[in-house]
Amino acid sequence: MHLAAHFPGVNNTTVWADPRSRSQIDFSSFEHLARTAERGKFDFFFLAEGLRLREHNGRIHDLDVVGRPESLTVLAALAAVTDRLGLAATVNATFNEPYELARRLATLDHLSDGRAAWNVVTSSDAFTGENFRRGGYLDRADRYVRAAEFVATARELWDTWTPDGTPRPFTHQGQHFGIEGEFTVPRSPQGHPIVIQAGDSPEGREFAASAADVIFTRHGTLEAGRTFYADVKARLAKYGREADELKIMPGVTFVLGDSDAEAQERAAEIRLQQVSPQNALLALEQIWGRDLSSYDPDGPLPEIDPDPESSLVQGRVRHGDPLAVAARWRALSKEKGLSIRQTVIETTGRQSFIGSPQTVAGQLTEFVAADAADGFILVPHLTPGGLDDFVDRVVPLLQERGVFRSEYTGPTLRSHLGLAEPVWKG
Amino acid sequence: MPSTAPLHLAAEIGGPPHYAHEHYIGLARLAERGALDFVTLGDSFARPGLDALAVLSRVAPATDRIGLVPTVTTTHTEPFHVSSAVATLDWVSRGRAGWNVDVSTTGAEARLFGRRPAAPADDLWREAGEAADVSARLWDSWEDDAEIRDVATGRFIDRDKLHHVDFEGASFTVRGPAIVPRPPQGHPVTVVDAAGGPARETAARHADVVLVRAPTPERAAAIRTDLRRRAAAYGRDPDSLRVLVSLTVDLGDAETAPEPGLESGPPLAAGGSYYRGGPVDLAELITQWHRGGAADGFHLTPITPGRDLERIVNGTVALLQHRSLFRTFYPGGTLREHLGLDRPANRYALEGGRA
Repeated sequence: MHLAAHFPGVNNTTVWADPRSRSQIDFSSFEHLARTAERGKFDFFFLAEGLRLREHNGRIHDLDVVGRPESLTVLAALAAVTDRLGLAATVNATFNEPYELARRLATLDHLSDGRAAWNVVTSSDAFTGENFRRGGYLDRADRYVRAAEFVATARELWDTWTPDGTPRPFTHQGQHFGIEGEFTVPRSPQGHPIVIQAGDSPEGREFAASAADVIFTRHGTLEAGRTFYADVKARLAKYGREADELKIMPGVTFVLGDSDAEAQERAAEIRLQQVSPQNALLALEQIWGRDLSSYDPDGPLPEIDPDPESSLVQGRVRHGDPLAVAARWRALSKEKGLSIRQTVIETTGRQSFIGSPQTVAGQLTEFVAADAADGFILVPHLTPGGLDDFVDRVVPLLQERGVFRSEYTGPTLRSHLGLAEPVWKG
Repeated sequence: MPSTAPLHLAAEIGGPPHYAHEHYIGLARLAERGALDFVTLGDSFARPGLDALAVLSRVAPATDRIGLVPTVTTTHTEPFHVSSAVATLDWVSRGRAGWNVDVSTTGAEARLFGRRPAAPADDLWREAGEAADVSARLWDSWEDDAEIRDVATGRFIDRDKLHHVDFEGASFTVRGPAIVPRPPQGHPVTVVDAAGGPARETAARHADVVLVRAPTPERAAAIRTDLRRRAAAYGRDPDSLRVLVSLTVDLGDAETAPEPGLESGPPLAAGGSYYRGGPVDLAELITQWHRGGAADGFHLTPITPGRDLERIVNGTVALLQHRSLFRTFYPGGTLREHLGLDRPANRYALEGGRA
């Protein structure tokens, strides 16, 4: 089993109102969570990315945690206070250039003695583009064409120095990039930093099967996980890859208690904190695309239909057809007699493992044994102490069961993941 | 009066490329033992070496007080990303970050990106000024007290204290606000090497620290006066500018060991930017230039970092400290405090205050 820790900063599941919640910016918070993950012998530490603050109806969203430092810079500093933990940065392939980013990633791999990873994401969002020279945006299909060429170009650059340390010139002429010159960084300790792909779309799956070492998914339930796992692993063969060359790691949450009942009770409280009355209405407006601020969050869903053409929501992807989503929410609300807030709580959670440490350890083990996942990216709900209980109480049980390492066996992230060093293709 | 103003000292820790962080940590710690204001780490897309900002981020937790100033090019990079990275260096170092704003002028560098051809230095320095300007605006785009965590209303931030910067330059636009909250220093320290002509205008307008080259103290004083005059013309307080004379330093002649009273040959050569001699003579030169009001301090580039930085710290700096011309400890925690520079007021908070 592979385990990673997501730093719970900017997202709508981080409970900032809890008295134990600390800064999502101060380096001490990053240091605490990373050291905890390393104490738990985790594979890697994962940072998400934001390139524009979310806005709602033309105003900056003010209900969730806002503000984060730049990932690669934080990870370079974390390399100083950790020894083995992998360091994964989400960096957009739409608003960066291959030469500069390949150089920054190779630098991180050198500075961490082989622990760097890059979570490749793309954007089709002109709203985000307003912060960048490019300005405009790429349509959905072109994003992945550019991303695939971006990763391939980065790998060409990582291979330009010979293994014995001699720089050689490179030339890349492709659809999106025409570049040439000399790369400034020798081949890094991992050969190539680890490449992670996040996203579940067909294009994303294909891209992951062809080019990624790890896929970060949201398919959390056992059945959905098994279907996704089988689909993605089956795509590998056409790229000449073995099934275990791509690790599937869903992002999941967890809630622990001394008993299963106590954990369930705690989980319900946490969901109420995550979905405040204000956040419930906001979630509704994001589906409906309309101003619904006059509705009572403890009352029924609106009778009016969503506006599919709405530009109310910016900086956040609207998932799926809003009319279909609204119909599904209405049916659920009617069937269970749920208020707006209760409906949002029911529909917006990701896969969560809830129970005593024994229960959670058992469920995680079952998922991996059933080929629903190769491991998990844990998303705690508290910064920075949200992983403490898991490492102290669940990890030892996983170790006793023999499904998770008790010590790091190698120095690099690639070795933690059991992945071979890429063959040099200079 | 310059003769009584505190002396500022900085050192470059680059040189031939190293790929092991221990090398840079050792040099930064050495400079910190000498209580130097800051270390710089040169960088370029055009020659071998690691990304300097990342290296100094790696150095930050391994040091306590010394300022950390990587070279950051503004030519082929995204101003939004650059401002985020520099602000983040300030967060991870708890207020010790600066950046040496630079440009990439060659066709070889342009071809690494393939986005646009090489441009004249004048244009690139104008763009560098815009990058410095938009960075300062982005650093201000969060007021210091924007994060409120108000449980009663469910609001994490006060959205009225976050601001779009709506910057329109000649070659880029940025909407803002920043992703990174306002860094500990308000603005990390902006350094500009004003050796070239077009850089001097950008320096006078945007820099906190300007690096200059001069063969004589009289020439250095004239450049400093010119920079202060230009800064004042931009509406800046000239006393908010620190002008450091850059010297490449070769202390390799073991005959002139750090003992008082030794003499050596003419110390300055190659247009006044190259010093060769003993650590004591260097201390003498620094003392005389500083006392004469020629400069606020010196930026020393050891020709062999491992050897010469050790001699600078244990010889030159020790002597300056012995003569009470240079501090023996850091009275403050941030780079701005070392340099005697105020934490800048937030332009948007000021506007709000007037409204």
